Amino acid sequence: MIDITLNGAPHAVPAGQTLAQLIETLQLQHQSLALAVNRSVVPRQLWPARVLVPQDQVDIVRAIGGG
Amino acid sequence: MQNPNDLLTIAGKQYQSRLLVGSGKYRDLAQTREATDAAEAEIITVAIRRVNIGQDPSAPSLLDVLPPDRYTILPNTAGCYTAKDAIYTLQLARELLGGHKLVKLEVLGDEKTLFPHMPETLVAAEALVKDGFDVMVYCSDDPIQAKILEDIGCVAVMPLASLIGSGMGILNPWNLSLIIEQARVPVLVDAGVGTASDAAIAMELGCDGVLMNTAIAGARDPVRMAHAMKLAVRAGREAYLAGRMPRKFAASPSSPMAGRLA
Repeated sequence: MIDITLNGAPHAVPAGQTLAQLIETLQLQHQSLALAVNRSVVPRQLWPARVLVPQDQVDIVRAIGGG
Repeated sequence: MQNPNDLLTIAGKQYQSRLLVGSGKYRDLAQTREATDAAEAEIITVAIRRVNIGQDPSAPSLLDVLPPDRYTILPNTAGCYTAKDAIYTLQLARELLGGHKLVKLEVLGDEKTLFPHMPETLVAAEALVKDGFDVMVYCSDDPIQAKILEDIGCVAVMPLASLIGSGMGILNPWNLSLIIEQARVPVLVDAGVGTASDAAIAMELGCDGVLMNTAIAGARDPVRMAHAMKLAVRAGREAYLAGRMPRKFAASPSSPMAGRLA
């Protein structure tokens, strides 16, 4: 396992896990989401190719009600 | 009946409705949708937030009830206090909404007033315009700042009428008039409207539109207030186009003097 930060909190994932696999593990694959690693947006089509490495800071966001 | 030729144009796209609404503070998603439809709003602001990890993945989401193919979704940067955070938020929003360029920039100064932090707002606006965003910008009701934002390339300037969520109404109509007079992009009042007459006053001043959230969501009956706001924005717009009578200090009888019995 490797340690990453997921939405501001510590999170452990198996070594070699991709962003696409992370989203699937979290059961979020059917949601409207955007994702950034280390504050850089990763387009959806690149999620299967981006492998998580230790200390990666991942933000997963969605749209919610707001003014 | 709305005048079909009196359209609001923002970043080259035309809208029938001059009432823009937020999607926050509603009881639930059903009420959000119902109020949005009662307002007949076409542009709806949303916030971008981190997903709660572990939440029910099958729970309905905001974009299910406000589908982007039917409404123009306007992602905001509410809660951002720096240009850096605002830019990051909107980069994520653009990805989330499939390359969507129209955004609402707001960089706040402090939690007590939620007043815009203008130096950070200017920095963010410049970077976002350079990056290809169409920026509608929440700003102070200062004609100089509004002009600078327009010169940077913002597609709409949106001064506050009073503090966000305060419902205090149009506190400085003179400043708004100065901004409207000089502007070459749409001017929308963003924040402060409390009830229908406030929206009408903003429109009578010559604002191109009004953006509100709490005035509707915080009403006793939000759906009914959304309807009232739709009518107020239309009435104010029509009154502005009709041109009000001049104010006079003396009375002037409405009935003819000739032929009276007295």
